[in-house]
Amino acid sequence: MLNKLTAHELLEKLEKKETTVNDIATALSSRIQEVDPRVRAYVRLAQPGQINQCGLPISIKDNICTEGLNTECCSKILEGFKPPYDATVIKKLKSAGIAIWPNKLNMDEFAFGSSTENSSFGPTHNPWNLECVPGGSSGGSAAAVAADEAIWALGSDTGGSIRQPAAFCGVVGLKPTYGRVSRYGLIAFASSLDQIGPLTKDVRDSALLMNIISGHDEKDSTSADIPVPDYTQALHGDIKGLKVGVPKEYFIEGMDPETRKIVDEAINKLKSLGAQVAPVSLPNSQYAVPVYYIIATAEASSNLARFDGDQYGLRKAGIQNLIESYKQTRGEGFGQEAKRRILLGTFALSHGYYDAYYLRALKVRTLIKNDFDKVFSEFDCIVAPTAPTPAFKIGEKSADPLSMYLSDIYTISVNLAGIPAISLPCGLTKSGLPIGLQILAKPFAEETIFRAAYAYEQSTEWHKLKPKL
Amino acid sequence: MAISRETIEYVANLSRIQLSEEELKKISGQLAAILDFIDKLKNADIGNVSPTSHILPLNNILREDSPKESLPAVQALANAPQKKNDFYAVPKVIE
Repeated sequence: MLNKLTAHELLEKLEKKETTVNDIATALSSRIQEVDPRVRAYVRLAQPGQINQCGLPISIKDNICTEGLNTECCSKILEGFKPPYDATVIKKLKSAGIAIWPNKLNMDEFAFGSSTENSSFGPTHNPWNLECVPGGSSGGSAAAVAADEAIWALGSDTGGSIRQPAAFCGVVGLKPTYGRVSRYGLIAFASSLDQIGPLTKDVRDSALLMNIISGHDEKDSTSADIPVPDYTQALHGDIKGLKVGVPKEYFIEGMDPETRKIVDEAINKLKSLGAQVAPVSLPNSQYAVPVYYIIATAEASSNLARFDGDQYGLRKAGIQNLIESYKQTRGEGFGQEAKRRILLGTFALSHGYYDAYYLRALKVRTLIKNDFDKVFSEFDCIVAPTAPTPAFKIGEKSADPLSMYLSDIYTISVNLAGIPAISLPCGLTKSGLPIGLQILAKPFAEETIFRAAYAYEQSTEWHKLKPKL
Repeated sequence: MAISRETIEYVANLSRIQLSEEELKKISGQLAAILDFIDKLKNADIGNVSPTSHILPLNNILREDSPKESLPAVQALANAPQKKNDFYAVPKVIE
């Protein structure tokens, strides 16, 4: 049962010599063998007997480079890729005495998706209802933590890819401020939006993990040279007088009524804990999804140009002409969503369309950022739903890309503005699916987020609920 | 907005992606629907707004140009689909 505990509980047990890292690894390993054939959170089925851990284990999304350990972004085009180096976050974890679990976590190919259905390894299933998606793109990370197949995990968030699966699977997921965590060794999707962040069983684990992975890195020139506080200091439970804004644009028609009711109750809980809650306006919210699908695809089309079969991954054999080799390798190696996004991004950047699409999107991005700046000049944080509905069925949205894109309607503007946000469990629907509460704050105010999230979490029992598997 | 077959073929060529006939038809329809949705941005008032390409106020981050340890060639080439001596080998570039 060691696998059911949080990282901070296990670290305490290790400290007191009440358990060993081998016992923890064994418990985790047998849990994975018991449930992962149904959940499929990891990219490969576990091979018994290969686990030899030197510290408390953490599980890692398949797009974060781990030296010598397959990192394939769940794409056929990166099949067999073993990075020759560790991402900075992996280096930091290893120096903190944390062990990297030797099997990566499933995701949508190159993080393109909201359901973990677009993976070359097949879909991950939601531990709360195996017919539902776990969310995405860090669906493997969220499902593994929810199913106690991982103690804690790292994911990445470009438009909601940590928070939306955290909400769907009933775990805690944080997207840090852009620049708070080094992106070195994170295989790039959209470089102005991507951040690595923790998926954990509770808020304390999230703060502990942020203490380890945050900070400036000379290998990522976009990482911020701002001191890292001890985030656990914010976990005191007092939110009296905290100024909380509720954006009226987020509670719109089309939002699932049950989700709305559960989020409203959570907001009332914050009030009863002493927060000062008031309505606020983010008038340009309606533009977030269209802006994102221009900027993110434009950056992706450029970042994914490197996958051409020259240096790593798939190369279509027997082609004599270089350009033809690129076209056929990429035609065969990329999945449908990757192709769609590369084409859309290339279109938005192409001659004749650049001003009408890309440049316009960058300008509207400024409007979205200004909306947040204005609210945060008066408020400490913003609370909102993480997603408009609970987890949907596998296959329900995979044929209609646009309806899939709209499941990120509440998470995307956070990435466009570069601010931090957390999702934490705030209830279950009648059919037994988790709902997430999102808390947003201004850049580098992760402490405010942890303070509010911890106070809420400790006054409820939602984070203690486990799916029956 | 409708998106012509020529445009998709042009963009696919720029992207160096070979599409099957079936993919080309399917993706054309999907991109048209996505672009219709994106056209919503025409309603935004961007008169005097400057573009945001990057969220942090960072410019020209430079470092000393000094030698450091780097990956040995064997390791750097370990993932290469094809190699020759200490180089990547690719299909012929020059006719």
